[in-house]
Amino acid sequence: MISKKNYMNFMLVLLLISCKGEQQVTTTANKVFESKGVEIPVYDFKNFEPLLHKNDDKVRIINFWATWCKPCVRELPYFELINDRYGAKNVEVILVSLDLPSQVENKLIPFLSKQRIRSKVILLDDPNANQWIPKVDENWSGSIPATIIYKGNSSNFYERSFTYHDLEKELKKIL
Amino acid sequence: MGKKIEMKTLKILAVLALVIAVSAFAVDKVIVKKTGEGYAVGDFATDFKLKNVDDTTVSLANYKNAKGFIVVFTCNHCPYSVAYEDRIIALDKKFKEKGYPVIAINPNNPKAYPEDSFENMKVRAKNKGFTYLYLFDDGQHIYPQYGATKTPHVYVLEKTKGGNIVRYIGAIDNNYKDAKAADKKYVEDAVNALIEGKSVPVTLTKAIGCSIKA
Repeated sequence: MISKKNYMNFMLVLLLISCKGEQQVTTTANKVFESKGVEIPVYDFKNFEPLLHKNDDKVRIINFWATWCKPCVRELPYFELINDRYGAKNVEVILVSLDLPSQVENKLIPFLSKQRIRSKVILLDDPNANQWIPKVDENWSGSIPATIIYKGNSSNFYERSFTYHDLEKELKKIL
Repeated sequence: MGKKIEMKTLKILAVLALVIAVSAFAVDKVIVKKTGEGYAVGDFATDFKLKNVDDTTVSLANYKNAKGFIVVFTCNHCPYSVAYEDRIIALDKKFKEKGYPVIAINPNNPKAYPEDSFENMKVRAKNKGFTYLYLFDDGQHIYPQYGATKTPHVYVLEKTKGGNIVRYIGAIDNNYKDAKAADKKYVEDAVNALIEGKSVPVTLTKAIGCSIKA
């Protein structure tokens, strides 16, 4: 849980970002990268973790990936298609990039605009991976792609690649 | 309205084009064991005969005086590997004299990652001044036996009469971004413990890395 004090700090950060004339962000990100009209909120694990445990009617598909990960890039179009087709059915795709922060502006953002990625993309920047990987799923080795599909208390974790058909099939189990 | 439909069609076409483009890479798929297989701590690790960047062929058995090895699966193309290069050099400098040299192995298939070709390994080793061996897992036969899934992925081996025993598997330390900020140096602690004849404090850690399987 985020403490009240921390929350106030994040709001302050967001306020500062807003003052700089950038678009208001509704998440509690640590900071936001902005380039070429693309915004990438950056989270450490503590601020990211609540996103894994939201208790509402929405189905969330959380995919861990990076631009340097070929099998991840290969399956991105399927996540995009799911986001397009199921967006109106209360399904949200969140692409969690594990690119290094130093490569956000020169690799990640150009990639996203070139591929016209429309799903929500955030950056998870938390170097102490040994500590947070088991909190995502205790069986996860840390290799990507990895995906969580959840709604409320029903949650499935996958350390594998997907085809569109398989992804849709797994989504329907939770939907 | 008309414009909206046109946009939608364009978008679908773009996605289709991407699907076709990326599926062209699928033929390069490497067959490996499922994650979770490979060595556990305490297992004997296989020796190998692999080509080094100086064109010699190397086996662990060549190291008559070694007490063990720091085997690092790493490569050229992976930003996480690059971030650790200086630290891998430092590990080699610190522990080679004490009987634990670094043995780096590039497990990637250059068909999937052209940056990781043997020629490019030579270039990287020279430019960066690698003090350690940088071997090529030609045909990708060794890394699946170890169970390496990503780069960098470290196996600390202790040499015994019966063979080389795996004593540590995982990350180099607990901060891939900043060596100075790392307050847990898993590999260093493991090797120091072995040198002092103590048991390794942390034997298994998890890390994000670049998948070897393309």
